[in-house]
Amino acid sequence: MKKLLSFLKDYKKESILAPLFKMLEAFFELFVPLVMKKIIDVGIANGDRPYIVRMCLLMVALGIIGLACSLTAQFFAAKAAVGCSTKLRHALFSHIQGLTYTEIDDLGTSTMITRMTSDINQVQSGVNMVLRLFMRSPFIVFGAMIMAFTIDVKAALIFVVTIPVLSVIVFGIMMITMPLFKKVQKGLDRVLSKTRENLTGVRVIRAFAQEQEEISEFGEENTALTKLQMRVGRISALTNPLTYIVVNLSIAALIWVGALRVDAGIITQGAVIALVNYMSQILVELVKLANLIVTITKALACAGRIEKVFEIEPSMVYGDKAEYEKKKAEAGNTAPVYAVEFKNAGLTYRGAGAESLSGLNLKVKPGETIGIIGGTGSGKTSVVNLIPRYYDATEGEVLVDGINVKDYPMEALRDKVGMVMQKAVLFKGTIRQNLKWGRQDATDEEMFEALEIAQAKDFVDTKDGKLSAPITQGGKNLSGGQKQRLTIARALVRKPEILVLDDSASALDYATDAKLRKALRGMREKLTVFIVSQRAASIMHADQIVVLDDGHVAGIGRHEELLAGCEVYQEIYYSQFKKEEGKGA
Amino acid sequence: MSGKNTETGKNGKSVKPGNTAKNNSVKKAGDTAGSGAAGNPAGNGEKKKSPNRGTMKKVLCYIRRYWFFVVLSILCAAVTVALTLYVPILTGDAIDYIIDKGFVAFDPVLSIVKKIVVVVLFTAVSQWLMNVSNNRIAYHVIHDIRREAFHKIEILPLKYIDGHSYGEVVSRVIADVDQFSDGLLMGFTQLFTGVITILGTLLFMISLNGKITLVVVLVTPVSLFVAAFIAKKTYSMFKLQSETRGEQTALIDEMIGNQKVVQAFGQEDEVLERFDEINGRLEKCSLKAIFFSSTTNPATRFVNSLVYTGVGLTGAISAISGGITVGQLSCFLSYANQYTKPFNEISGVVTELQNALACAARIFELIEEEPQIPEAENAVVLKDVDGTVALEGVSFSYTPDQKLIQDFNLAVRAGQRVAIVGPTGCGKTTVINLLMRFYDVNSGSIKVSGTDIREATRASLRTGFGMVLQETWLKTGTIRENLTMGKPDATDEEIITAAKAAHAHSFIKRLPQGYDTVIGEDGGSLSQGQKQLLCIARVMLCLPPMLILDEATSSIDTRTEIKIQNAFARMMEGRTSFIVAHRLSTIQTADIILVMKDGNIIEQGSHETLLARGGFYANLYNSQFAQ
Repeated sequence: MKKLLSFLKDYKKESILAPLFKMLEAFFELFVPLVMKKIIDVGIANGDRPYIVRMCLLMVALGIIGLACSLTAQFFAAKAAVGCSTKLRHALFSHIQGLTYTEIDDLGTSTMITRMTSDINQVQSGVNMVLRLFMRSPFIVFGAMIMAFTIDVKAALIFVVTIPVLSVIVFGIMMITMPLFKKVQKGLDRVLSKTRENLTGVRVIRAFAQEQEEISEFGEENTALTKLQMRVGRISALTNPLTYIVVNLSIAALIWVGALRVDAGIITQGAVIALVNYMSQILVELVKLANLIVTITKALACAGRIEKVFEIEPSMVYGDKAEYEKKKAEAGNTAPVYAVEFKNAGLTYRGAGAESLSGLNLKVKPGETIGIIGGTGSGKTSVVNLIPRYYDATEGEVLVDGINVKDYPMEALRDKVGMVMQKAVLFKGTIRQNLKWGRQDATDEEMFEALEIAQAKDFVDTKDGKLSAPITQGGKNLSGGQKQRLTIARALVRKPEILVLDDSASALDYATDAKLRKALRGMREKLTVFIVSQRAASIMHADQIVVLDDGHVAGIGRHEELLAGCEVYQEIYYSQFKKEEGKGA
Repeated sequence: MSGKNTETGKNGKSVKPGNTAKNNSVKKAGDTAGSGAAGNPAGNGEKKKSPNRGTMKKVLCYIRRYWFFVVLSILCAAVTVALTLYVPILTGDAIDYIIDKGFVAFDPVLSIVKKIVVVVLFTAVSQWLMNVSNNRIAYHVIHDIRREAFHKIEILPLKYIDGHSYGEVVSRVIADVDQFSDGLLMGFTQLFTGVITILGTLLFMISLNGKITLVVVLVTPVSLFVAAFIAKKTYSMFKLQSETRGEQTALIDEMIGNQKVVQAFGQEDEVLERFDEINGRLEKCSLKAIFFSSTTNPATRFVNSLVYTGVGLTGAISAISGGITVGQLSCFLSYANQYTKPFNEISGVVTELQNALACAARIFELIEEEPQIPEAENAVVLKDVDGTVALEGVSFSYTPDQKLIQDFNLAVRAGQRVAIVGPTGCGKTTVINLLMRFYDVNSGSIKVSGTDIREATRASLRTGFGMVLQETWLKTGTIRENLTMGKPDATDEEIITAAKAAHAHSFIKRLPQGYDTVIGEDGGSLSQGQKQLLCIARVMLCLPPMLILDEATSSIDTRTEIKIQNAFARMMEGRTSFIVAHRLSTIQTADIILVMKDGNIIEQGSHETLLARGGFYANLYNSQFAQ
């Protein structure tokens, strides 16, 4: 909560003034029954018409002042709530951006998006409501009681009994139903997931002719939900009748006590009416307060979730810039022997039981092409994720240009690496805007050059507007292969020293894949290239091939060496090429 | 592939934007109706009646089943309102017996107090009954609607399901039905009681004093005007807010969903800048919208206080001249409060009801959607399928203006292997859609064991095929439940044998509860490869006479694949099978290879004949060895 309150600090003035003005409004509202009492006791009793008119004007004046106060309060409340949530949103967005891959994996995308959107909106309306009502409602409830005391102490004792009883009813029912409502929500979630499942799995369900079973399973969930809803409904249906009974019984009691007191000459007829009025006011405010508490609980839960995200600290510390420059200067005169070097590197993802990669030793000279191959989950991506330090090696170390990646400032390291990820992600905008992600100041010629190498120039040329052709969100207006080629071009625009292709030719047919590799080899600046693939054909011509098996290195070497001596490589290779043809190719 | 990395953004979209959209549409619809209510709340319903009338009728059809509770609810509402209005009169009467010191008539006061107690108890009981019946009606109606909607989903043609996003259909069954039930419930409780309260109050007031009633009737509409005026003014502000919010959500969705790419290219600052720009705009328009809409309550409260004062003024003056008693005045004052309240509520209820009807219309649209062609009356149950499949002059396209498969002929003998190859998106899956009768052919026919599949029951046709798709789908439930989908009475041994053949046994064994481990929606924490193994085991268990393997091993690494291939080979022995595959190595042994491109079958033959022909297939095949 502390962190969230700090966002409200900038709106200290508003957060104090809003409830204050709300209380003023309530204060004036509480005077109305008293004025009415005067009208009855003085005006009507004495037949004093001008007095009545004066008192009515007073009521209108009270109303106007109340309105003014209330509008002021609403404004301040809205301002504080909106301002606070805007700041919160900014802070959360920038916090999330600072998290590393490890934390992003932990949190999950959908969680982060929910926190950013609906949770913050809930907090905003929570803050708004609290500022507006949290002071007002209790103030009116207790204010009405105090006013009753000023009229007559004995009659006011009825209030002292009624208020707690009402509170117990209103809040008691709320306490009982709230967890039940949560259950209802869960039941609804089950119905939802069943529905969703039947849409996503329609082919399988129909292939196995499971429609009837699914219908009866859905029927069970649906009926269970209805039963639960009915149960909650029956309980919350009690609120109104019960409060109605209590308030009206108190009014009956007030009348009886009032009758006694009036007869004794202690209070007037108008006073009895005023007391009855105060009693009615209390009920309205208690119901409002109960609703408010529901909103607050929701907002608090959301706030708690947001807070949790803030508590997550990025798990990496980047190297100091000056320190890095110094190191670079020291090594500067001689070109580094190895572009990338893995020294006994291993990686265990947070929360994972076993290592995803262990004991990798690999020395890569500048300009070399490295192939990485292995089965699903064998640790291929883990290897390349260590180079730009998306994850920290949990064992051993990784060196780029002879300097440990942990000593690099983030930008210096990431500038060196052009990454093409498995999932081809493009952003809404134009092709040019997307390519500029590689480098902000890239010229059109440079972009076309990159497109040419990435085998994407042909199709970009056919687009209306070429580089200015629009890309819809997620690149939905492009085919999988086109997207992949654009992501490759984006990485090339960066003019990186190291290019990583993480299974990023999977949507390309063999012919295009081959052309791409050829074009990469033909580039003027010799890139160090890492190719991750499941296809033996994609990596068989690499300078070094790393064969991974379940996180362990099964072999490193050239194609011929591995084919002769590495069992895992043989298996992979021959699963894709029949023996005799493999030799012939 | 560490598996970790591939998760990015997979689940990101489905949850929130849908919700936001719902909120937005509700907000919008609410505001439209609110502004439409300007000055003429009753006419508002009238205006939009025509498209709504049909929907209303259908809603009534659902409600009719619960007519008893409807009648009960209406009766209780009438009783509740009448009694509620009676209490202030009693209070007023009592006050008239409490005049001054020494002038208190205790006997009548006591009897009135007793009366109040009795009336209050009755009111409470009838109010509770009313609430409970309303709940019953609303919850049962939505139960029925959901059941019907789900029923429809099970018989919708694939064309509909493929053509609509899952989120959209789900939101109809869940969010729309919910919104509808809220509106229905609120409509029942508030609209009816509100109207009765207004009428009842008017009646009681007129019977007491016409002049004061006039004051109340004249001033009250002002609060409606004010509310409608504010709603109209704020409509555009809310619209702007929800648009801006949508814009921001889209950015969040895109950037946070692909946070890793953003970081990889060091674009954090640029993205934050864009975010802040939208955020700033959102702050401004939110503040406006929230503030102006929040003026409604104070403003109507103020008008209500004017009504109250007006009653006080006219009442007090006529009390002096003996027109009414003080007790009646107090009764009027409490009426003045009660009379204005339902007015404020009703405009909200009308909005809510209209919203509910709009939601209902969307649900009915789904429920009334054309189902798949019903089974022929004399549909044959395919038994002892021998595995011959014949496609004769088949033409098919998803949309009339885009021709896909034309005059396609293929005869498959029992036990043959048919492989379908071609670039992505060439229509390989279409063939499977037709074989499984997920879609019906436009012309020509498909015959299985000599029977036109349109003359057979769908269930018997489909259970004749064992299908493993690229998209692995598992249902929420235990591993065992998933495996026995096609054979519910399978024994443990059979299950384990199938799992072993699919190389799934060893990882299942390692799961916390083995075969009884519950997996979440869409396989939960299982890897893509593991899910595919389960799908394979599922088919291996029921061993149908024909097989369809659509990229069945795409998520499995090649070494495991080879091991499974052996199991597949054994399974395919004597079974007609259709295989779609990316990797050419897996299909070389097929009896017939169909080469597809852009929806057409361009080549057909065995591996050797196709290679010899030197056409598209030969090209495709050779390219994998290219340097």
